[in-house]
Amino acid sequence: MADLTSRFAGLTLRNPFVLASGIWGESGTSLAGAWAAGAGAVVTKSIGARPRAGYPNPTVEAYGRWGLLNAMGLPNPGIDEYPKEIAAAREAGATVIGSVFGGSAEEFALLASRLAATGVVALELNLSCPHAEGYGTEVGGTPEAVEEIVRAVTRAVHLPVIAKITPNTSDPAALARAAEKGGAAAVSAINTLRALAIDVRLRRPVLAHGLGGLSGPAIKPVGLACVWQIAGAVRIPIVGIGGIASAEDALEYLMAGASAVEVGTQVAFDGIRVFGALADGLGRLLDDLGIPSVGEAVGLARASAAAEPALGRPSR
Amino acid sequence: MRSVVRVEAVVPETPSTVTLRFPYEPEAAPGQFVMLWLPGDDELPMSLSYTRGRSKGVTVKAMGETSRHVLATRVGTAVGVRGPYGNRFDPRVRRLLAVAGGSGAAVLAPAVEAARAAGAAVTVALGGTTGRELLFADRLRAAGAEVVVATDDGSVGERGFVTVPAGRLLAERTFDAVWTCGPEVMMVKVAELAARAGVRTYCSVERHMKCALGMCDACALGPFHVCVDGPVFEAGELVGRTEFGRYHRDASGRRVPW
Repeated sequence: MADLTSRFAGLTLRNPFVLASGIWGESGTSLAGAWAAGAGAVVTKSIGARPRAGYPNPTVEAYGRWGLLNAMGLPNPGIDEYPKEIAAAREAGATVIGSVFGGSAEEFALLASRLAATGVVALELNLSCPHAEGYGTEVGGTPEAVEEIVRAVTRAVHLPVIAKITPNTSDPAALARAAEKGGAAAVSAINTLRALAIDVRLRRPVLAHGLGGLSGPAIKPVGLACVWQIAGAVRIPIVGIGGIASAEDALEYLMAGASAVEVGTQVAFDGIRVFGALADGLGRLLDDLGIPSVGEAVGLARASAAAEPALGRPSR
Repeated sequence: MRSVVRVEAVVPETPSTVTLRFPYEPEAAPGQFVMLWLPGDDELPMSLSYTRGRSKGVTVKAMGETSRHVLATRVGTAVGVRGPYGNRFDPRVRRLLAVAGGSGAAVLAPAVEAARAAGAAVTVALGGTTGRELLFADRLRAAGAEVVVATDDGSVGERGFVTVPAGRLLAERTFDAVWTCGPEVMMVKVAELAARAGVRTYCSVERHMKCALGMCDACALGPFHVCVDGPVFEAGELVGRTEFGRYHRDASGRRVPW
């Protein structure tokens, strides 16, 4: 069977399927459960300086199996409480990536250094939550801010730093270039697309926060386009995120230039067993296509684009 | 997915508890819950107290801010409903003991009715702070259950915790299952008493809930998520193997001791 090992940014994962931040990430036992279900690594909830309840319900709106709108509002127990959850996940053997969000470069750096001391293998910076005032896209929405934050964090910690950037911009590749310039070991893309649902009978937005972020299969083509453009703009590896529901979806991301992928929303539709199914399915798919390893698959679709100018060059 | 319906009846059950009835077609079973949205306020998980037919119902005790808003709800108020979610009490029992504390009878009443309809002999140990706060005593009797009452002030039935008559019943009689819903420390005690008598206990568990889709992790309980793996659990899966009876999590995910 094809070698599913995913190597990037100094990390070696047993397969490229990483549990996305915000899913099954409040309790260490849940992170351990995602690991036991076959995830190649697990990303924590985005952790902030203080406990944060998040927004009131409704926080989600599901659209069948094609999409999910959410505005959780970055709920997390805070950096003082959360290390015991990471400890529980690590005791179970999980490879844990810590996610942080801050309101400034200094806060990101402080949180990252505290999380780095818990035994996580890498840090993912949430520069992209589309619906939290003072955080996420609001602080990481411009290349200048991304570069400043990433630089502050890479100076503060010795772990690989993964900058998770937003698709809610005209030029995601510019944000990725800024992350690379700031010293990021990798970029992950995409976070959710800013989105809204209205209940016409009640004449009001469904989510308590109003605006939210769309995830799920509906956004896969958007995520792929972002990864494609980013792959043409940076040399650092990419973690592809957005609407991955099958092994074929994941292989599309790999072929577009991603070295690994994150999976989140599909857990709501298929349960946590989706990780085992994705890894098995990718192994079979690579075998069928005669691709010997995940590493060989990375960027495979890009060769055709380079050879055939009609497919267009990604913007620089 | 989500329906918006108008409340068709508001029934005061006790001084601090009301039942809201609303038209909602999807089939539901005793033990399951819905996410009930009070527009402009919050959306909460609520076990169905009426599961049969088109007119579903929830029975709510005034605890938090939103529960108080539920109490202020009027006939005609538009509410959002999604679900039902979660698992159910399995009514295939012959001799059942149900132990209800606080507003636990809200979920146990339809479950007891289903067990009675399936031919089970049912005894209910029903606890409350006072006689006036006893929930669904008449409804349970009307279903053909024997109801043994304990109140904190002794105003009706025996004085003290409902675990006292529950323990006595378990010691004196033979049951093949215990169903319980109420404060978590009470349920742990009931499970201990039942285990001593060699009887399995099924608990209806409450946790802070957000997505109800098994994704956000707000309702994590050991390796389980109450929204999709519960809310009904065999006590042996929980007691001593998870934080059940020791702590729950608040909206931020912080561990809060009971």
